[in-house]
Amino acid sequence: MKPIPFEYFAPTTVEEALEHLSNLGYGGKVLAGGQSLIPAMNFRMARPGALVDLNGIPELAYIKPTADGGLAIGTMTRDSKVEHSPEVAKRFPLLPEVMPNIAHPQIRNRGTFGGSIAHADPAGQLPAISIVLNANLKVLKKGSERWVKAEEFFLGPFMTVLEPEEMLAEVVLPALPPRTGSSYQQVSRQKGGYSMAAVASVVTLDEAGKCTNARMVMISVGDVPILSAAALRILVGQKPTPEAIAEVAEIAASQEIDPGTDIHATAEYRRHLIRVLVRRSLTTAFERAAK
Amino acid sequence: MTTHTIKVKVNGVEYVREVEPRLLLSDFLRHDLGLTGTHVGCEHGICGACTILFDGEPMRSCLIFAVQANGHEVTTVEALGTPEKMHPLQEAFQEKHALQCGYCTPGFLMTLKPFLETHPNPTDEEIREAIDGNLCRCTGYEHIIEAVKLAAQKMATRS
Ligand SMILES: Cc1cc2nc3c(=O)[nH]c(=O)nc-3n(C[C@H](O)[C@H](O)[C@H](O)COP(=O)(O)OP(=O)(O)OC[C@H]3O[C@@H](n4cnc5c(N)ncnc54)[C@H](O)[C@@H]3O)c2cc1C
Ligand code: FES
Ligand code: FES
Repeated sequence: MKPIPFEYFAPTTVEEALEHLSNLGYGGKVLAGGQSLIPAMNFRMARPGALVDLNGIPELAYIKPTADGGLAIGTMTRDSKVEHSPEVAKRFPLLPEVMPNIAHPQIRNRGTFGGSIAHADPAGQLPAISIVLNANLKVLKKGSERWVKAEEFFLGPFMTVLEPEEMLAEVVLPALPPRTGSSYQQVSRQKGGYSMAAVASVVTLDEAGKCTNARMVMISVGDVPILSAAALRILVGQKPTPEAIAEVAEIAASQEIDPGTDIHATAEYRRHLIRVLVRRSLTTAFERAAK
Repeated sequence: MTTHTIKVKVNGVEYVREVEPRLLLSDFLRHDLGLTGTHVGCEHGICGACTILFDGEPMRSCLIFAVQANGHEVTTVEALGTPEKMHPLQEAFQEKHALQCGYCTPGFLMTLKPFLETHPNPTDEEIREAIDGNLCRCTGYEHIIEAVKLAAQKMATRS
């Protein structure tokens, strides 16, 4: 057998799961879709002493509209459910655009929306998407609840603000204003392979065609998804010209990212990709916002 | 290590077994139930050889623990057809030479069965997407794509 021995708990309610996590402390780990945790355990890179399996808790899997026109997505909602949900497509077209790039259908049938965010892979798409969509994350532990902005959730590669006895329970996506457009652009060696670099943008125009908001996040080019300050600073308050977009791309590629070199790409090549992808992503997002 | 009793329906048959939590579903199927049609290649989700249907949906059996199958339904390639009465997909794979060593084949078949049920008339592009998560080291994929198209025709004429 591949993984080391561990204790296994299969709670059927959130309360029960939180009770286990509270008892186990550093010895315990949440098992969501297992599509990242089980490979790591098969390699014995992860050696948790006990798993608290959330798969038997139906109350953690849902996609619900919120009062303000946004959506609340339960942490155990499978990636494929998010990918094919008409509710999601209507309100957040960025998500069905992104989802097919995450692994393969067989993995998206099991992997979960919240699990991917909690996993905090710097090359993962959903941590970045949670930031670009301004998500609010509901975090539970026995007897208490707190909310964390996606922007403040990620601390480093595979590191988040979650404490061992805590669990990510829900991802709330606030409604997007009218005249908002979004776009996801990535370059990877294979579809369903992690990207060498990727960019997601969400931009809003006013009636006169001036930019009122520009959120842009870059993936695989730092320890965490990187929210561009240049996009906001340069674009907001003016009409999005190709020159302004090129300026954002230049600043983003040269100053805002910290790419590494690995077997897939050099740091220099990643900077080049970011320059190109920022331009494509922002241009497309603005075109969509103007429609 | 504590073991757990699981009750799982595999290919329509209910099994009750004692398992260690760390036993992968792929190993449970092969070693405990003797259903060796499910193949194991990479054991980290990349190759697709271990693809089975879990409650009707294709998933990696190397990335699910057997204990998690408690109360669920699993379908393996053994349920697809028999040598006498093959599934149209199996016939088409044979007729179009869509396999050589056959190591990857069960994973392809279990990926494609639900795909053809929802895409009765797939385009080449859709087929390529559908098999994106399955690696074959022998065929070069072109024969597999031909086989999927033939299987779709066979299924359409039979229904
Ligand atoms: C072949 C392959 C290709 C892949 N390609 C991509 C890709 O291109 N992009 C991508 O983003 N991902 C990719 N993945 C990863 C996949 O999408 C995972 O599903 C996802 O990253 C983790 O989600 P999960 O639900 O499977 O979580 P798990 O594997 O169960 O958990 C991952 C980690 O998060 C923790 N965790 C999970 N849920 C919670 C929670 N609710 N509260 C607290 N902690 C929690 C776990 O304890 C664990 O440490 C790939 C996986 C495979 C096998
Ligand atoms: S053995 Fe499961 S995907 Fe390779
Ligand atoms: S036929 Fe040999 S790996 Fe596919």
